[in-house]
Parts: sequence; C-alpha cells; structure tokens
Amino acid sequence: MHVEPWLIQTFCAAIFCIGFAGVLIRRNILVILMSVELMLNAVNLTFVTYSKQLGHMGGQMAVFFIITVAAAESAVGLGLLIAMFRTLRNVDTDQIQLLRE
Amino acid sequence: MLALIPLFPLIGFLINGSWYGFVQTRPGARKAGSTVPGLIATLAIFASFVVSLMLFLQLKDMPAESPSIEQLVLHWIQIGSFKLDIAFRVDSLSTLFTLVITGVGTLIHIYSIGYMSHDESPGKFFAYLNLFCFAMLLLVLGSSLPVLFMGWEGVGLCSYLLIGFWYTDDEKASAGKKAFIVNRVGDFGFLLGMFMIFSYFGTLDFAGINAALTAHGHAALPAGVSVAAATTMCLFLFVGCMGKSAQIPLYVWLPDAMAGPTPVSALIHAATMVTSGIYMVARLNLLYSQSPTALTVVAAVGVFTAFFAATIAIAQTDIKKVLAYSTVSQLGYMFLGCGVGAYAAGVFHVITHAFFKALLFLGAGSVIHGMHEEQNIMKMGGLKSRMPRTFFVFAIGWLAICGIPPFSGFFSKDEILWQAFHSPHGNVVFWAFGALTAVMTAFYMTRLFYLTFLGKPRFDEKKLGAAHGGHGGHGHHDDHGHGHGHGAKQDDHGHHAPAGVHESPWVMVGPLMVLALLSAAGGFMGVPHMSWLEHWLEPVIPAHEAAGGWESAEMILMAVSVIGAVLGITIAFKLYKNLPGVETIKNKWASLHKLLENKWYIDELYDSVFVRPIKSLSQALWKGFDVAVIDRIVVGFGRVSEWSGQTLRLVQTGSIQLYALALAVGIVLTLGYIIYGLA
Repeated sequence: MHVEPWLIQTFCAAIFCIGFAGVLIRRNILVILMSVELMLNAVNLTFVTYSKQLGHMGGQMAVFFIITVAAAESAVGLGLLIAMFRTLRNVDTDQIQLLRE
Repeated sequence: MLALIPLFPLIGFLINGSWYGFVQTRPGARKAGSTVPGLIATLAIFASFVVSLMLFLQLKDMPAESPSIEQLVLHWIQIGSFKLDIAFRVDSLSTLFTLVITGVGTLIHIYSIGYMSHDESPGKFFAYLNLFCFAMLLLVLGSSLPVLFMGWEGVGLCSYLLIGFWYTDDEKASAGKKAFIVNRVGDFGFLLGMFMIFSYFGTLDFAGINAALTAHGHAALPAGVSVAAATTMCLFLFVGCMGKSAQIPLYVWLPDAMAGPTPVSALIHAATMVTSGIYMVARLNLLYSQSPTALTVVAAVGVFTAFFAATIAIAQTDIKKVLAYSTVSQLGYMFLGCGVGAYAAGVFHVITHAFFKALLFLGAGSVIHGMHEEQNIMKMGGLKSRMPRTFFVFAIGWLAICGIPPFSGFFSKDEILWQAFHSPHGNVVFWAFGALTAVMTAFYMTRLFYLTFLGKPRFDEKKLGAAHGGHGGHGHHDDHGHGHGHGAKQDDHGHHAPAGVHESPWVMVGPLMVLALLSAAGGFMGVPHMSWLEHWLEPVIPAHEAAGGWESAEMILMAVSVIGAVLGITIAFKLYKNLPGVETIKNKWASLHKLLENKWYIDELYDSVFVRPIKSLSQALWKGFDVAVIDRIVVGFGRVSEWSGQTLRLVQTGSIQLYALALAVGIVLTLGYIIYGLA
C-alpha cells in the first residue's frame, strides 16, 4: 500500500503539536511525561518516513537510538515523579514552582 | 676603577639598608647603636675617597691637553641613531668635586657616628647618607646630561628622606615635602633645557656638546643653533639650578631643610648637593659663554640672592637658620662668579665654602648637642669656656666666611668680587652689591659668633638639664659628653643625663679639626695670579683673556673688601657687647626688623599666591567635579543595574511550562526568520 509522504508528515506534525500542547497545558507531571513521549514518537515516525523515501538507513538508526533513550528517560522521569510525590505529596506543576525568584 | 667611586657608597647603602630594613624593624629587635652602621658607612665613603685620590693623582700625571678618564658601565638605551650610555667620565672639574664630596663626606660620616649615637634608627640614617653620596657622585661623574639628571633626582630624593628623617614631627615631615616639591619645579626647567639641547645638538653627552661648540677651533655656536636658542636652553637649565642650588625665587626650601639632623644640613644642604647647580653651569660653561643674556641673568639672580639672603640672616635667631641663609647667600656668590664668566672662581668658592660651611654647620651641631637641643642663639652666650675646642674651630670657620686673609673664604670671595668688577660680563653694580653682601656677611656671622660663644651665658643651666630630661622627643640627643665633657656638672636630679653644657666627644670634634685646617689653608690653591686651581681647571674651563694693567685696581678692591669685612665684624662686636642697646635699636627700626625676621614674608607670599589658590582649585574640582559628576556617573551605573534587575526578575516565574512556551515561540520566530527573512 502506498501512502503519500506529505500525508504522513502532516500526521507527524499534528502528533508533535498535540504532544507539545500537552507539555505546555497539562498540569499533571505524569501526563506531561506522556506528552513528551508523544512528541518523541512523532519524531520517530518522521525519521522512518524519510528513511523509506530517501532509501537511507540512517533515519532508522536514529529511531532505535531514540527508542532506547526514551526508555531510559521515562524510567528516570517516573522515578523523579515518585520521589517528588513522596516528598511533596503533589504532582501538580502549578503547586511546585521551586525555581521562582 | 672609576665606577668604584659611586659603587662603594651604594654597597654601604645596601648593607646598612637591608640590615636596617630586614633585621632592625622586626618587632622586638635589639636596638643597635650608631657605631656599627656608622663604621660601615664611613668605610664605604672613605674607600671612594681613596679611589678618588688615586684618580686625581692619575689625572695629574696626564700630560694631555684635556686629561680625562672614561668608563662605560652599560649601554642603556639605543633607538636609531640615539644612544644613551651609563658612562662615567672624570676630568679636572669632576675630580675636584669627587674629592670634596668623598673627603668632606667622610668627615661628616665620622661626625655622625657621635651625633646620631642615641638615635632610634642610626642604620637608616647611615643608609640614606650613603645613598646620597652615591647619587651625588653619579651626578658629578656622569658623562652625559641624563646620567647627571639621575644623580640630580637621587640627591633630591635623599634630601627629602633626610630632612624628614624624624618624620613623626609634623613640621619636619612637611619641610621634607616642601624641599621635594620646590625642587620638582626646578627639575621641570632642567628637563626642558635637556630636551632643547638634544633637539639642537643631537646629543646629550658633555663631550659631544663641547665638541659641537668648539668645532671651528674656537668656541662658537654650531650652525643651526641661534643665540636665542642657546639663551633659552641655558635659562631652562638655570631654572633647575635655582631649585637645586636654592636661588631666588626657589630658595625657600633650604632654610626649612634645617629640620633634618645637623650632619645632613652640613653635608647636603651646605657642602655638596646645593652646589650641584654650580657644577652644572661650570660643566656647560662653553654653552653659557655663548649667551651673554643668560650669563647676565645668572649673575643678577646670584648677586640678588646673595644680598637678599644676607638681609634675612641678620635678623634670624635660630643658629641653623642663620647658617642656612648664609648658605643661600654664598651660593648666590658662586652664581655671581659663574655669571660673570669666572667659572673657576665659582668652583673655587664651592670648594672653600664646602670646607668652612661644613665646619660651621658641624660646629653648630656640636653647640646644639652641648646645649641639649637649644638652637636659639639668644639663649646661648659664653660658650667659649664651656666648649673650648668647638669655640676654636668655629672661630676659624667664622673668619673664613667673613673673608679675613689668609683664611680660605677670603681668596675665593675676593676672586669672585674682583671678577664681578673686572670681567667683560661684570659691572660695578654687581661688585657693589657683592661687597655690601660681604660686609653684611661679616656682620651677621660675627653676631652669631658673639651671641653663641662670647659674652655672658643667657641660659639657666639647671633648667637646661631638667628640660633635657623631660624632652624625649626623638631620642637623638645624647649624653656621652658625660665623664669627659668640659665643664659638665652633675645635675642633682638628673641621674642619667649630665646637666649643663658640655663639650662634644672627640668623634665629633676630630672631624671639626680637620675641616678647620682645610678652611684655614684651603684658600692657597687659588691665590690670585698664580692660581693652581685656575690652571688645573683650564682643560674644562678655558681661561678668558685677561686685560692687563689692572693690578693696582685689584689690590684696591681687595683692600676694600677686607676693610669691609673688618668693619662688619667691628660693628657687630660693638653692638652685641651691649645687648640692651641692641634692643633699643630693634625697637627703633621695629618694622624693618619685623620684615627681616619674617624673611620678607616670602613664605606667606608664596602661600597666598601659589599654595592657597591651588588648594582652593583642588577643593573646587573635588566638590564640583569629582563628587558632582564622576561620583554620580559611577553611582548611576549601579542604580541602572539595580533597576533593570528588579524589573527583569519578574519574568522568572518558576513555571517550567512558561519557559517551554517561551522556548517554542523563540524557535518558531528564529526558524521563521531564517526561512523567510524579516518579511
């Protein structure tokens, strides 16, 4: 089955924007982490598309890297989330603004 | 070998200076007497005296037209064709100066061992004294103007350090500053003169300058140098001399310089440093001779200074102040000699003056020492029997400065007066003022002598001892006259210091004896018409053509000046025998006496014309510009950063999502700019 590349690119951009909007808007850190995951996967999809289109394996290589790093990132992120919940009893970003002046 | 002469005092300075600086100033260090540092310093200066003597003998044996020895120490600066070496040259003129500096210097060093024996920091004193000798020798031995200038500044520095030696006394410290600042004014002129010489002659080496001046076989200005230019150079250099050699209008620092220890007054402010101006004029005599205007200015300033200072000296009551003004006056004589073209006579007076003025100053030091720091001659009197040795040597110095034959002052002063009258550059006015000054000199020196040594004692001996005990000021007074002091009586309540007047110890009187001998006999090196000195100086100072047929006039003038001196002495004796009579005369001429006593109010004049306007200008600049403008700008910078920080901190909300949004907006804008440009 052949799908037009621009269609897939648009799809990827949409997922990326949704993910980014989630990062900006949502207040629950767990959801923010999930949104970040969404952005990463949008990027992965773009890489694969271009790899196929250009007949070059570099894009797919990058995807494997990203999947690995994303796994590590979610592990660390969730760990931090749990630690934060234990100390602050809260995972709402509006309540946690320790970097304020 | 030549470089050894200044090297020895430098080594002495380094030894004493580092010993004092690193060991003596440590807390809890054992206070050292003056003997060890004094001996080191004396040995250093004596070693250079020996070397100077050897060089002198070597020069004497040189049959050449212009005997001189040169030594290059190092190539200092070389820029294109401009070369500046640190090099020494000794010729017939500078050898005389080195002999005087090291010879008289040695005697004064020995004397200082006694004088400074109870000082807090004799190590420092002797280090400075050696440093001074080093700089002074650099001055007279330097083969070019810049080397001379280094010495010139060096002696100025040492003079400052030694005047303010007892710097805890505010008055003494400010006297040192005054000397330094006034000398800076003169140095400014000296530098300008030096620059001009370089731009016109292309060299700063004395030999080079003299070679340019004698290129045509006879003395003449080289092509491209106008008489006006030569006059300007000479006058600029003479401004330097006015500062260093204390001539009107820059003489004011010298009387104040008496705040220093008396050996310093003798060595620096009478015998050597202040004569460096005369040395420079004599050194550049070929140049000065090319400018009649400059010569006339030199002579006029000299004779006026001589007269002016003598009037002030008449009314002073501080023994050192009288001697200080007499030094200014005698320096005026020397410049009068130089200014009428008789450079040899000026140098002759430098030498004899070094002998008798060092003698008088050290004698005065001995008196002050014996009187327990009393300097007012009105409170002395009758010291003849108390200090017979000091009295004897002081009498010789007194006769020498009064110009009584055959003492040394007579020959040199008379030579100058005769030249002032007879030389082509001289005239009767110069002579008349010079002769009048000679009479006044005889008068005030006799006044000093009589009030100090003759008549009845006008002090309370008991009080002196008590005052001495209570006066712990600088700790430089001492009591070693105790035991062998002549006429010293034990005070019943002063158990550590002997009361009363006492003769100084031999370490002080011994050098005085030598100086007395030199003052008495020193004149014979310049007997008129068979002057060894003039002949000796001929390679450096060409003799000018003598007009014949004036011998009788010379004899008459000589007789006149001797009669004048005797007259001055007699009047002073007559007057001061009857002290109440002096008081009535003082009251009769009260305003004049007041004027003279206050030194013509010159210090006050300078204060209101220069010091105070500068002070108020500085105040105005401080308040009107520094505080109002500069400070505001600086504080303004602080305010601006504070305000901007206060404003910008509001951006930092702590919400990471807001930061992320800013990041996204930034990326979008940047990408948009990169892709589409500004549109």
